[in-house]
Amino acid sequence: MGKYLVDIKNERLSFFTPAGEVKALNDVTIHLEEGEVLGIVGESGSGKSVTAYSLMGLTAHPGKLLGGTLEFNGHHVENMTEKEMRKIRGNEISIIFQDPMTSLNPVYTVGNQIEEVIRLHTDKNKAEAKARAKELLELVGINEPEKRLKQYPHELSGGMRQRIMIAIALACEPKLLIADEPTTALDVTIQAQILELMMELKEKLGMAIIMITHDLGVVASMCDKIAVMYAGRIVEYGETDDIFYNPQHMYTKGLIRSMPRLDTTEHEKLVPIEGTPVDMLNPPAGCPFAPRCDAAMKICLNQMPPQTDLEGCHYTKCWMIQKEQFEAQKGEA
Amino acid sequence: MLKYIVKRILLAIVTIWAVATITFFLMNLVPGGPFLSEKAISPQATAALEAKYGLDKPLMQRYTTYMWDALHGDFGDSLKQRGRTVMDIIGRQFPVSARLGGVSVLVALIVGVPLGCVAALKRGKFTDSFISVVATCGIAVPSFVICTVLMYFFGVKLRWFPTMGLTTWKHFIMPVMALSFYPTAYIMRLMRSSMLDVLGQDYMRTAKAKGLSGFVSLFKHALRNAILPVITYVGPMLAYTVTGSFVVEKIFTIPGLGGEFIRAINGRDYTLIMGTTIFLATLIIVMNVVVDILYKIVDPRIKLK
Amino acid sequence: MKENPLSFHLNLKPEDFLPATEEEKQSQVIMRESVSFWKDGMRRLLKNKVAMVSAAVILIVMIFSFIVPAFYPYTYDYQIKGANNLKPMEYSAEEMARIEAGEDVFPHLLGTDKMGRDYAIRVMMGSRISLLVGLIATCIILVIGSTYGSIAAFCGGWVDIIMMRIVDIIYTVPDILLIVLLSFALKAPLQALAQLPGFGWIQTVGENLISIFVVFALLYWVGMARMVRSQVLMLKESEYVTAARALGVSSGKIIKNHLLTNCIGTLIVTTTLQIPSSIFTESFLSFLGMGVAVPLPSLGSLASDAINGMNTNPHLLFIPAIVISLIILSFNLLGDGLRDAFDPKLKN
Repeated sequence: MGKYLVDIKNERLSFFTPAGEVKALNDVTIHLEEGEVLGIVGESGSGKSVTAYSLMGLTAHPGKLLGGTLEFNGHHVENMTEKEMRKIRGNEISIIFQDPMTSLNPVYTVGNQIEEVIRLHTDKNKAEAKARAKELLELVGINEPEKRLKQYPHELSGGMRQRIMIAIALACEPKLLIADEPTTALDVTIQAQILELMMELKEKLGMAIIMITHDLGVVASMCDKIAVMYAGRIVEYGETDDIFYNPQHMYTKGLIRSMPRLDTTEHEKLVPIEGTPVDMLNPPAGCPFAPRCDAAMKICLNQMPPQTDLEGCHYTKCWMIQKEQFEAQKGEA
Repeated sequence: MLKYIVKRILLAIVTIWAVATITFFLMNLVPGGPFLSEKAISPQATAALEAKYGLDKPLMQRYTTYMWDALHGDFGDSLKQRGRTVMDIIGRQFPVSARLGGVSVLVALIVGVPLGCVAALKRGKFTDSFISVVATCGIAVPSFVICTVLMYFFGVKLRWFPTMGLTTWKHFIMPVMALSFYPTAYIMRLMRSSMLDVLGQDYMRTAKAKGLSGFVSLFKHALRNAILPVITYVGPMLAYTVTGSFVVEKIFTIPGLGGEFIRAINGRDYTLIMGTTIFLATLIIVMNVVVDILYKIVDPRIKLK
Repeated sequence: MKENPLSFHLNLKPEDFLPATEEEKQSQVIMRESVSFWKDGMRRLLKNKVAMVSAAVILIVMIFSFIVPAFYPYTYDYQIKGANNLKPMEYSAEEMARIEAGEDVFPHLLGTDKMGRDYAIRVMMGSRISLLVGLIATCIILVIGSTYGSIAAFCGGWVDIIMMRIVDIIYTVPDILLIVLLSFALKAPLQALAQLPGFGWIQTVGENLISIFVVFALLYWVGMARMVRSQVLMLKESEYVTAARALGVSSGKIIKNHLLTNCIGTLIVTTTLQIPSSIFTESFLSFLGMGVAVPLPSLGSLASDAINGMNTNPHLLFIPAIVISLIILSFNLLGDGLRDAFDPKLKN
């Protein structure tokens, strides 16, 4: 293992809202090597986006980083000034947002918005920036790039706009691309196209990708590693195969059970995860998933499960695996 | 685009016609003719005068004659100010009102827009609360109150500024302050809320994620979007300054069109009432059309139908 | 499998690994209480200090303008001899004599005007007129505007197009010009009407005031109509209404349960914010001498009358000016508070 491109250690982040402190991230640790694809999976409010945004220094207003280290490409993000951060954003690290409908400024042409980021981070002149913008549009598979550059966002379809967003993100050939639910707001047929495009571009440009999604299908096909988040914690982390074929956390198991599959036997039913996510203003003392967990034990309600390291980089935070180990020890003794 | 403009202009023409017609018939409901107040005139002389100006003819005939002439730009002679045409009077008085109104609109924009932005950027801080309080008070205080308060303190007590007329720059200060107070406050509020709205938009996050500085993302990305509602307010603001100048002109004794209009009504000067109403209405309506078209140009999202 | 060093320090007991009961699990879930729209709105309104202070100010002004005058020893049109232009708390020579004779004379709290009328009662009556104008005009606007707007929205098609064109035309008509003209034009017919039996009240109220109402009825409803129309249209096309319709809910029920409850917040807010604007217009007209009939005072006419004596008696000018500003300010702030509390679209 070489030096990590992204190295987030024990990150803690809270939003100080008028109603109280919301502990959005607790002890989040993530590593990512160059050219790797990491999927972060979890339901809304589990902290997936907050993790990614904090890496770019884009934490929204009442949010505050309370602890941990965030390292990206040798920079210590947590210690960087806004000015230093700006040089990295859009340059070494880029992001694609969920809703392409609202993420482009409606009053400027597409060309203007792409050229803007090129001229900001490179010393290309206007004509060169325009040529590069055209090249980028071709790269993301938009036909008639000349014409598109002069159009306004509202004149384009959702899929097209997401391609534009990708073009903007890739304009300076970043080392890391964060994709924040890039396909959630799109039609199913377009979703596949966009994901394919992203993988293709990853092969071509060799960047690393953090893919934030709540769609397990997306991560299964694209990612090298997966982090499963629940209530601001990473509950399970590992290679894609580890997660899919050897899930240890009850939440991961639940997620996989609730996913439609093609290879199931006829009568196997989809099992939804019952209940609602925890109220982050009043988090429970124990495992946050315990109230919804079928296998919840007494200890789950009172005590946070510790991290249990498994093979490779695979780890989980669940009392079930602790129970197995405990019983195994007792058996030995 | 062309179709939209044509449609707007047609609607404007209908509106102007409607205003002219309503004014014409309303005015003729007003009791007392233009020559009644002049006691020295004998009934015969009154009749002769009325015949001269065509006031003895049936209402409908007068209406059609008037509209036909007005269409050719002839608004007739003033009934009270002998020997002067209505266009003459408007041509002499309007520039005064226009200068006052124009300066006030400019002041409102120059002061209101930046302060609204500042309040939005400093949201929740003291600066924001201060600007918001001033703006809220500003839209609550009627123009005549502002006028009289200014007049009393700066004109009468401190004697800083002259209280009558509109000749030097010093004359402008109090009337402009009075006239631009409400629109300034309104624009501040409008700008603040629209700026807050824009700052929360996804494309502002995109701008930040691109690595743009706060300054650039504010001026390039936020301002152009946030200013759109202000543009829509320019139309109503013009109407406000035109009518608001009635009060301001009265208090500061400024020889403008507003005062002329009030005098014309009091004197039953039919042709002058018609002339000024049509003129002011046309002005406001045309400005509204211009602003509407301008708005469509600035905001590419709105498709012109 | 790697051993986790941590687990040795945890001091685990076998009973920790017993399954948790359903109750134990549920006790961990702290649900935020769900509150109804109205309750939630009221709670937020009551918490909004500015809005509450404004409401209190409005209440106090209302008490002073509607209740106190009934108990006040002076009337708004009674001219006290020899008591012209008194300063606040001053007495006329005659009154001084009466006081010396041991009589109780109620002080002129705000002095008197140049006709010798007690100014405090005139300001109270002026506020009464201003408030009445604001409230009545707003009712007229509300009724006409919301009826017109909802008819346009419900009918749709060419009915809607024609109705909204009319609104467009009225909207661009310069209002003050027409108000001024109308108040002049309506004077004579109203005076004639006042002579007829049963219409005597017109005289007391004043023709001008009635023409103001007519103008509001004719012109000012357009804003309200537009607002209501767009609300109804938006709701008509919204998915939950479609859903209700798909479930076979009757039209009447849809209007009652969905359209009304969703519209009402915006309607209340618009109405509250309409009141100060009506008061504003009335004071403006009164100031230009086109408001209420003499001797009935309105805040605008009080201020207008006091302008000439501004040098010697500034308080005659400033008191009505301050009261009118205070009324408008309070209604505006209350309206803002209501909007924050009840407009579900602005709810965070």
